[in-house]
Amino acid sequence: MSEKTQLDKKAKVLLEGLLKEGELKAKDRLQIPQQQMPAQPSEERIKNNFEVATGYTEAMARVEALRCLQCVNKPCVEGCPVAIDIPAFIKAIAEARHNDAIGIIKQTSLLPSVCGRVCPQETQCMERCTLGKALKDMEKGVAIGRLERFAADLERESGKTVPPSIKPETGKKVAVIGSGPAGITFAVDVRREGHSVTLFEALHKPGGVLMYGIPEFRLPKSIVEKEIDNLEKMGVEIVPNFVIGRSRSLKSLLEEDGYSAVFIGSGAGLPKFMGIPGENLVGVFSANEYLTRANLMKAYDTERSATPISRGKRVAVFGGGNVAMDAARTAVRLGAEKVYLVYRRTEKEMPARIEEVSHAKEEGVEFLLLQNATKIIGDENDHVTGIECIRYELGEPDESGRRSPVPIGGSEFVMDVDSVIVAIGNESNPLIAATTPEIEVDKRGRILVDENNETSMRGVFAGGDIVLGAATVILAMGEGRNAAAAVNARMQSADSHK
Amino acid sequence: MNKILRKEQLSDEVWRMEIEVPHIARERKAGQFIILQVDVDFGERIPLTVADADTERGSITLVFQTVGATTHKLAELNEGDKVASVLGPLGRPSIIEKVGRVTCVGGGIGAAPLFPIVQANKAVGNHVTVVLGARNKELLIMEKDMRKTADEVIVCTDDGSHGRKGLVTEPLKELCESGTPPDGVVAIGPPIMMKFCAETTRPFEIPTTVSLNTIMIDGTGMCGGCRVTVGGETKFVCVDGPEFDGHKVDFDNMMKRNLAYKNSETRAHDSYHEAGECNLEKAARVMEKNNE
Repeated sequence: MSEKTQLDKKAKVLLEGLLKEGELKAKDRLQIPQQQMPAQPSEERIKNNFEVATGYTEAMARVEALRCLQCVNKPCVEGCPVAIDIPAFIKAIAEARHNDAIGIIKQTSLLPSVCGRVCPQETQCMERCTLGKALKDMEKGVAIGRLERFAADLERESGKTVPPSIKPETGKKVAVIGSGPAGITFAVDVRREGHSVTLFEALHKPGGVLMYGIPEFRLPKSIVEKEIDNLEKMGVEIVPNFVIGRSRSLKSLLEEDGYSAVFIGSGAGLPKFMGIPGENLVGVFSANEYLTRANLMKAYDTERSATPISRGKRVAVFGGGNVAMDAARTAVRLGAEKVYLVYRRTEKEMPARIEEVSHAKEEGVEFLLLQNATKIIGDENDHVTGIECIRYELGEPDESGRRSPVPIGGSEFVMDVDSVIVAIGNESNPLIAATTPEIEVDKRGRILVDENNETSMRGVFAGGDIVLGAATVILAMGEGRNAAAAVNARMQSADSHK
Repeated sequence: MNKILRKEQLSDEVWRMEIEVPHIARERKAGQFIILQVDVDFGERIPLTVADADTERGSITLVFQTVGATTHKLAELNEGDKVASVLGPLGRPSIIEKVGRVTCVGGGIGAAPLFPIVQANKAVGNHVTVVLGARNKELLIMEKDMRKTADEVIVCTDDGSHGRKGLVTEPLKELCESGTPPDGVVAIGPPIMMKFCAETTRPFEIPTTVSLNTIMIDGTGMCGGCRVTVGGETKFVCVDGPEFDGHKVDFDNMMKRNLAYKNSETRAHDSYHEAGECNLEKAARVMEKNNE
């Protein structure tokens, strides 16, 4: 019997008992064990690219939903960047009103199948969960993300997804640059008001980081494609292979092509490197390159994909975020014998989601904490043969509140590796700023915006990583939504002034 | 989807293709490139430099050599067929200024992307000398176009089957030593040729621009696969280039990086790379010895 079948059987028994008890008291809810997320066994999943977490069954979801204390002050909602009415949708699941649940989520969130999978719940909604606090373990709070995913998957798999209703056509045109989470959210919200929306994407497939960055085993691309289908069904025009700033200037969109407003969601840009010797050796990759080859270009499918990818045997990944975990776990799946994750601080400071950290460990990724590379070593052909590292200890907390690591002099050592993947973040994409001098950027190239996400160029809005630096899917969505509200209001007031 | 309007075989391995992409035809400037795919589901993205454009026909012209899976598939397409995706124009345009005398050196199919630069230099009033080189007569392209446009054209082949027998660096050196040396040099061709063109002009301190063709995926500043070392700093060919100061480029590292996927069967990038490399490498060794 598979793990999922076993967990489901247990959940069914539990659910039956709980339903018999009638109205549950807080004390009873505290007793219900958190429902484990079923997952492919690690020894199997490292040989395939299918999704690792396989999702709750209905019984598991309802048991988990019954754990929710239905707090009147709803602290979890404050933790959600798009303020989903979390207790309400959870109550609906508990009562098996699954259509209601997804309806509640969709009032404020656009990509629940995606967010249920990739949101860092433990630093958002779950961090504030009263149940987790009562159990003195934030990880034991209500598994809000898993429930969101359950409701979204049920609807998607039923094939009965209802696209948002659209107001009568206004004849106004709005352009969106970049089809990642910020752009998608903005496009939907503006389209709903009846404006015509064109979404320009530089790559050959829309979806942005959801397509090129986040691996198949964490976010199946069929889900992203479904979301894009929904956009097209709403009448959003998608133009791939079109890079604003080069294929057409931003100014021309406004002045010649008849667009009344533009939203820039062009996302993460140039990958950061550490500035240590040897970073341009053969076998050193940015995580962006490595993951794009694997995901967007499907290089893991050697039978069919024309794009090559490095299949290192001993791989070192630098960084401690979700992207570092994705790169390390991709290397495992591409047949690496040993994958090291080199991180300057301790596991506690890692920005990655807890689930990704534990999945990476289960899959055999070795964490080398409190150490950092100082040099990448190569042979006469400039191929990577090793890295020199130095050990660190934690010093005083820095501005971000994290204890900053301090190198220990003389602790250098050398490790044999044949590939290095650098996953320490991105600088901003320079293309728009370089070709549109009217748009002000900060020293790091991030576009400066006001409280409405409007840039220094009137009618041009921006959001997501191009404004925030490296952030999350949900924060990018929040920015897209904020900008859309401002654009919609602007259009309306323009009408009323006629 | 972009329609192929014209297809012509220039030599055994070299093809010229005119493809309908009106927005690229309108926006592109000398020195820029595109990225194309023959199949969007599993195809590779390859960078190719734009050799010409026709705004009326809404088309761009590409010249490519069949070196890998993707260029072979592209060459199999015919007039009327469609190319799955074409993105561009990418990279910074060439900086063309009136400086006086300019020498433009093209090796192998590097002559194709060199052509718009020759045209642009003529248009601003520079005196343009073109040096064209190839392994043999059969592989020499664009000679007629260059003769129509440039003030002077010098042709070299490795085997002497057409023009002078020898390498492009020889006439380049003579021009540098002449009474009317170039005020600027542009070299486009295999990396080894660009490297030695830069070495040839270095003692004369003549500004030398090279156009780099590296491994690349998105071409818009996201993947970082195209990074090169220029003057000790890391630069990205797709957004900082493709043109750089040839005297500052670390060609040796770039050439090694370009071979990163050499063992992969599906390798299909670096369209200039193979052209005449063996002979050039031989010559490079000789030059290195002479310099010692």
